[in-house]
Amino acid sequence: MAGLATVTATYGDIHTVVGAVRSIREEGCKGIQVFGPIMEQELEDAIGKPPSPVRRYALIGGVVGCISGFAITLWSSFYYPLVAGGKPLASVPAYVVIGFEMTILFAGISALIGMLIHNRMPTVELSPAHRPRYSDDQFGLRVACDSKQSGKIEDVLRSYGPDEVHVDG
Amino acid sequence: MASVAPPARTPFARVSRDIIGALWAPEWRYRAVMGVLVVILSWAGFAWVYQIKTGMGTAGISHPVMWGVYITNFVFWVGIAHSGTLISAILYLTRSGWRTTINRAAEAMTIFAVMTAGLFPLIHLGRIWYFYFLAPYPNQRFLWPNFRSPLIWDFFAISTYFTISLLFWYSGLIPDMATIRDRMKGVTGRMARFKEKVYGALSLGWAGSDSQWKNYRRMYLYMAAIATPLVLSVHSVVSWDFAMAIVPGWHSTIFAPYFVAGAIFSGIAMVITLSVPFRWALGLEDYINEYHYDNMAKLMLLTSLIVGYAYIAEYFMAWYSGDAMEWESFRWRAVGAYSGPFWIMMTCNVLIPLLCFARRIRRSIMSMFIISIFVNIGMWYERFVIIVTSLAHEYEPGVWGLYTPTWVELSITAGSFAWFLFWFMIFAKTLPAISITEVKESMAEGYWKPGDKKEDS
Repeated sequence: MAGLATVTATYGDIHTVVGAVRSIREEGCKGIQVFGPIMEQELEDAIGKPPSPVRRYALIGGVVGCISGFAITLWSSFYYPLVAGGKPLASVPAYVVIGFEMTILFAGISALIGMLIHNRMPTVELSPAHRPRYSDDQFGLRVACDSKQSGKIEDVLRSYGPDEVHVDG
Repeated sequence: MASVAPPARTPFARVSRDIIGALWAPEWRYRAVMGVLVVILSWAGFAWVYQIKTGMGTAGISHPVMWGVYITNFVFWVGIAHSGTLISAILYLTRSGWRTTINRAAEAMTIFAVMTAGLFPLIHLGRIWYFYFLAPYPNQRFLWPNFRSPLIWDFFAISTYFTISLLFWYSGLIPDMATIRDRMKGVTGRMARFKEKVYGALSLGWAGSDSQWKNYRRMYLYMAAIATPLVLSVHSVVSWDFAMAIVPGWHSTIFAPYFVAGAIFSGIAMVITLSVPFRWALGLEDYINEYHYDNMAKLMLLTSLIVGYAYIAEYFMAWYSGDAMEWESFRWRAVGAYSGPFWIMMTCNVLIPLLCFARRIRRSIMSMFIISIFVNIGMWYERFVIIVTSLAHEYEPGVWGLYTPTWVELSITAGSFAWFLFWFMIFAKTLPAISITEVKESMAEGYWKPGDKKEDS
């Protein structure tokens, strides 16, 4: 029975990682995970994971904020009616400012919350694959694959001149 | 520098080492400056307590000038707060690479400046224990704030601005905190364990995996995208504190863009003023160099020209409108009792920054430092001129009057500078003062590397 294997390679340069990730994907292997001190759009595209759900949080937060800003101002105008010079109770133009600020506030907070939820943060337990140099000057490329494939994957990773390669399983 | 081992073998590791290396135990000069700041702060605290205890009569504000130095300081510090988010959000969206090394410090400045600004409405309030009346909360008297009032808009704008700036700043710090945490793992000693724990907690368990980066980068982009209209709105709202009133000299549609440009102008000046001693004290001369000052100078020059244009346009409009009150107000500004502050403002904000047209001056750090101090002074006086001269010389000649700040107001003003610098000094020694991640990003892109004084921008 063929089990799963994990091949880990570390590189010092993000552009090498981009090349390596592309080659691995050409091999038809999907279980790719990259750790690193920085990230670039090119690498993100090469890894090819679906878009981040954070955008939905920002949108929903913004809409809720906008509604709540207008809701509290309008509601409080009617809740405690103060008629001044026979003018309408609610002064919508004045409330635009409050609505605007609340839109921004809620959108920002919920984007941050969305990021935390989907990144499983805060946490005390770091990912077991994490190594100290991944936040400093090294990129770690982990490929989860069928153990029959692992030799091939290892060769591909070695062809990009890694600092080290490690196979588990 | 045992605390930041392991040694730097690669360019990336060198960046981490240089920036984290600034977080040493402070030397005597640092302690001495902090000592002076604490003395000034205590004196200002005493002045405030004296004002609370004795009453608002201890401040010089009285009819007709009911807004004096306190509100001047409020507007000044909110203005200072503006460049941080501008540099971090707007220049992020426009992909201006030179922001990389100054954005962290500028964002920190934003937060401390808002913390300073926020005190002044409370100090001005007199009975500070009633300040919570500003917040909308359910109460037994069924009362809600008057949402039509620009002062309530201000409360919402400033508190939103503070919250979003803080979150934006903090989220930028997360990967850097993880870098510090991980570097501390290779170091022995109790202090290193302590730092590993504290920065580890602040990094919220950041591991730097690609999916984490993906969510993080999206979040950062959205934060920048919403902070951009926010930063413009905040100073617009501050300007409406004035422009919504019918006081001649205040009631003008030009106020919002004019205040926003002024805010960015003064904020950039403050970034320059603070970054010069800061880069020297932390040994980060390679990271903030002529290239960055050149670009900041250009931004300062642009905003100076906008502000100068607004000054002139205001005069033209006052004259062209044919409104006698408006024209008298502006005439008196230039030649009346407060002509001193007016001409200081004109010289510092319009004439002196013109020197930035010279490339040699833009790339000379010392001259930029000196110019930026003039701009700080000029912008403080601008707020003073707008607020005080307009109120002192309103419609009725019978109620014209003059205002002079008292020792209480001046002490609290000095204290506000000490308060701001106090927090900034703490920041410089406890958090990575330059974004480690972003410096590495610009190195990887081949855009810029430490020590590079590139010419273009």
